[in-house]
Amino acid sequence: MRTLTKIIGGLVLLLSMATAAMATPVDTYEFKSPENQKRGLSLAHELRCPQCQNQNLIDSNSPVARDLRLEVYKMVDEGKGDDEIIEFMTSRYGEFVLYKPKMETKTYILWLGPVGLLLLGLVIGFIFIRKQRIGGSTEAEISAEDQKALDALLKRDNK
Amino acid sequence: MKKLVLFIPLVIFLGMGVFLYKGLFLNPQKLDSALEGKPIPAFQLERLETPSEMITNEQLKGKVSLLNVWATWCPSCKYEHPFLVMLKRQNILPIYGINYRDERIPALEELKRQGDPYHTNIFDKDGRLGLDLGVYGAPESFIVDHKGIIRFRYAGPIDQRVWSETLYPMIQQLQAEAAKDGAA
Repeated sequence: MRTLTKIIGGLVLLLSMATAAMATPVDTYEFKSPENQKRGLSLAHELRCPQCQNQNLIDSNSPVARDLRLEVYKMVDEGKGDDEIIEFMTSRYGEFVLYKPKMETKTYILWLGPVGLLLLGLVIGFIFIRKQRIGGSTEAEISAEDQKALDALLKRDNK
Repeated sequence: MKKLVLFIPLVIFLGMGVFLYKGLFLNPQKLDSALEGKPIPAFQLERLETPSEMITNEQLKGKVSLLNVWATWCPSCKYEHPFLVMLKRQNILPIYGINYRDERIPALEELKRQGDPYHTNIFDKDGRLGLDLGVYGAPESFIVDHKGIIRFRYAGPIDQRVWSETLYPMIQQLQAEAAKDGAA
């Protein structure tokens, strides 16, 4: 029991150290309210930095990301809606900054492709299994002539 | 019919192959500009050379022009600078500079030292115009038509190759359009 608590304690310590080691830039921005802060941070998490391209606005150190981050926070504090803020970003930097692309005609394949493939796989699997069941249960048919030839062969071997 | 069904996986594989092969040659760094086809964002900023003078987006209309985003802290800008100076001598189109997130005095000194390719410089100290243009680095250049519509964006330093292969043909086409509009 005691070893278990030790192990768990160790794990907790490790985890806390791991999170501490993930450095993200800190801004000294004062939100007007905790709700705004939550919304601002979650929005900035969902937007990609146009310069580094594989980090979101929160994690990125680039000056552009910092500006955009602060812009997002400011707009949140001004009471602008999520859609409005996202529109602000995409009208300047393109659809690229969205980690979650919008549902549009050109992104249908992105959203529906995986589901489509899964359905296709299921359909093919279903057909395959049905065929096997039906096909496997019928005995191989043999024509009368072949049967004669077979009998002849069997007789020859038995001699 | 049955034989054809057996070919379906091959067809799918080939289709995927073509798609992925194409993907090998895409440049992930190259982003489409969201602003092509849109007018220059509205702005009112000081002129770099004379702080008392204000420049607005209205002043960039009338002629096909090149907008060039630059700064003293940007090494690639220094690389492209001599080419821009040469362009200015050819007198093909006005080049407007956007001095992006920079300091006035060092910027002016740099122009004095290295030559000044710009018709006018817009002093975008806090990068607000840059943000509205969707700029995420320097140098970046925009080709703007005579109506003040952004027609092309190029991210990276301009050199002879980019100029003669991409930018110049487009500029000639736009200048022809502008001339037609002027005649009409």
